[in-house]
Amino acid sequence: MVLKVFFPSCCSSAESGILIGRWISEQNSAVILAVVHFPFIPVQVKQYLSEVQRVTKVSVSVLGSWSNSKQEKEESLSEFLEDLGTIFSHEPWIQISKEGDSKFWSCSTLQKHSNNPKEEEIILVYYDQRKVMLSHLHPPLATATSTDHKADDASKLSAVFDTVAKSKILFMTDRYDDGPIKLTHWQSDGVEASIIVELMKQASVPACMLLTFLLSLISGICRSRVLKFWPLSFLWSKLSTCEQLGHRLQHLQVISSNKKAQNQTQLMRKANIFVSLLIDVALGILLMSWLYRKNRIGHLADTLIPVADHVAEELQDLLQWLMGAPAGLKMNRALDQVLGRFFLYHIHLWISYIHLMSPFIEMILWYVGLSACLGLTVALCILSDIIALLTFHIYCFYVYGARLYCLKIYGLSSLWRLFRGKKWNVLRQRVDSCSYDLDQLFIGTLLFTILLFLLPTTALYYLVFTLLRLLVVIVQGLIHLLVDLIDSLPLYSIILRLCRSYRLAAGVKFRVLEQQDGKPLRLLMQINPLSYGSVIQTYRLPTYSCYPKDSWTSLCKKLFLGELIYPWKHKGEKQD
Amino acid sequence: MGERRYRSASGAPVALRRRQHSASCRELAVRCPRLQLRSLSAVTSAVWLAAYGLFVLSENSMVLSAAIFITLFGLIIYLHFVKVDQESLLVIGSLGIQVTSSYASGRESTTFIEMGQVKDVVINEAIHMQKVIYYLCILLQDPGDPQGVSEVVPLFQSSKPRLDCLIEVYKSCQEILEQRKTAPQSSGIK
Repeated sequence: MVLKVFFPSCCSSAESGILIGRWISEQNSAVILAVVHFPFIPVQVKQYLSEVQRVTKVSVSVLGSWSNSKQEKEESLSEFLEDLGTIFSHEPWIQISKEGDSKFWSCSTLQKHSNNPKEEEIILVYYDQRKVMLSHLHPPLATATSTDHKADDASKLSAVFDTVAKSKILFMTDRYDDGPIKLTHWQSDGVEASIIVELMKQASVPACMLLTFLLSLISGICRSRVLKFWPLSFLWSKLSTCEQLGHRLQHLQVISSNKKAQNQTQLMRKANIFVSLLIDVALGILLMSWLYRKNRIGHLADTLIPVADHVAEELQDLLQWLMGAPAGLKMNRALDQVLGRFFLYHIHLWISYIHLMSPFIEMILWYVGLSACLGLTVALCILSDIIALLTFHIYCFYVYGARLYCLKIYGLSSLWRLFRGKKWNVLRQRVDSCSYDLDQLFIGTLLFTILLFLLPTTALYYLVFTLLRLLVVIVQGLIHLLVDLIDSLPLYSIILRLCRSYRLAAGVKFRVLEQQDGKPLRLLMQINPLSYGSVIQTYRLPTYSCYPKDSWTSLCKKLFLGELIYPWKHKGEKQD
Repeated sequence: MGERRYRSASGAPVALRRRQHSASCRELAVRCPRLQLRSLSAVTSAVWLAAYGLFVLSENSMVLSAAIFITLFGLIIYLHFVKVDQESLLVIGSLGIQVTSSYASGRESTTFIEMGQVKDVVINEAIHMQKVIYYLCILLQDPGDPQGVSEVVPLFQSSKPRLDCLIEVYKSCQEILEQRKTAPQSSGIK
């Protein structure tokens, strides 16, 4: 079988020595982690390796010899290197030698106990140690879900990545250290010495504790019995601002917890939440500064009442149109007048209520606008709630129209069954035949006729108000879509993918380097970064709303029957 | 190994280049026909004529500048995301198969499939528009079921070479894939 040797590109110019790394026998591949230079004492090397093995749980051993000679190959050196093979017994013993500045190295193996004398082919794969150590391999989603596979079955590449990542402690030894063993491997250029970063790290622990304390206080207040009484709890559940604030509170709790992140996913999630909160608050403060400059919020409050008046006037015009002959259709005069007058009176009440509130609007809006500093999402939720409050009369009209229409439809269907001599059996949930008395049939038929001829009027009112309600629902839905986008976008992961693309790896790619006959095949292994779509899909933050509740067909069916529709439902609400 | 000319399924000329890097490593690259100057000028003239017609109707000069921007933008997007220059297959025995598409703007999109996941490389038939064409594909092993196929990865989707070219590529791949079956100690069964 082909022997694969993964060689770190930083060791290409190292002095002669022995190679240490991990041998993966089931894949016939050797992952070389470092080169130990002469002079060394074999016993000390073995001790050091067993210690490393104990700490990192990676079976590190001596794999072979490396000779980097500036002159021609010396015979004595090669014999010496072969003798080393007997001291550190490893099967197979890999010998790599580089002459002068040549790119093409010769690689051979010594097998003592092999039964096939055939020369096996060797592939030399160069890899960048730092990038492989820092990167996180993302398996394709299909294989990630199956967790019943042993580590042996793991793909070859994830074994290589694992080995390098777990041997991080091996790379901590500095080349200038005076120890019994001199290693060459990837070296970091030094720990960051930025004062600000160090101060922030020191300050983060007490800050986290303070934040946790404050948050527990706030959540304690929120959960207290005072706020759970019926009118208030109903109000909280209907306002989307409270949902959003609760969601952000949860996020803050996740960030300020004292436990360190266990694995990569948790770390990325914390980082994403932190960056998302930061950007949200920054955008909110920007919005607030724009609103309060030149007293724009005063202007906004001043235009609010005229806009509400204008909407009410438009509605009155619409009702006058419906009470006449809308679109050339002929309505039932009496029912038309009754319904029209009823809705007109409702609008009149609404306008009086708005005018009652008008002196306080500016002050309320001024203080409510201050809460935009909690984040842009909160400001958008407040906007959505204000729209809901201002169009409350449209919602009321829709409910009245829908209930009337629904009643009519049910009445019609039941009387239609009576017309045909059938009845709905509630016990058996099916239609059964039934013999009616003559007077029952007579009255039933009369009522059926009346309801049937009144249907177009009611249906028209229902249609108009449903369309208006759907318009408002669409506007609110768009705002909530934007809020969800800001909530769930993993900004930290996207920035990481942009700046340090090797950290998020979808796989690897190989590039064939120059070849020479007789020398092993040379390949360069590079990291293939994850695509932006997969980054967003893997790391998106969960949100609190799920949409839409109904499919298109069930929505149409509900509209036809006159049942009330609530297209946007929040998770956690009882399903009715 | 040199370059040989073949035809694609739609009749355009494609070229296959085979290189053997070592006994177990082969690279097969299919070069697609380049972007033709006459089709580019035809599309540009059509867009600009339409924009000029709109300008004459609406007397708004923004239409003309918008048409220029659309043409430029559309060309850049086409060259960067759509137009494939070369598709290549790198088969490294006992490591895996690497599929690369190079676009006209220089961008390369690579996928590497490990040898443990590859079940076989076969030539399949498919109905494409109004024709039945042959295409080469890699069958991926289903981890749970040794006889099953979990996914089919089609190759050379932009160049769509004809059967004679596909047979050459198929033979090259199979020579390397056979080596793993004759290997004395193969992984997987422990």
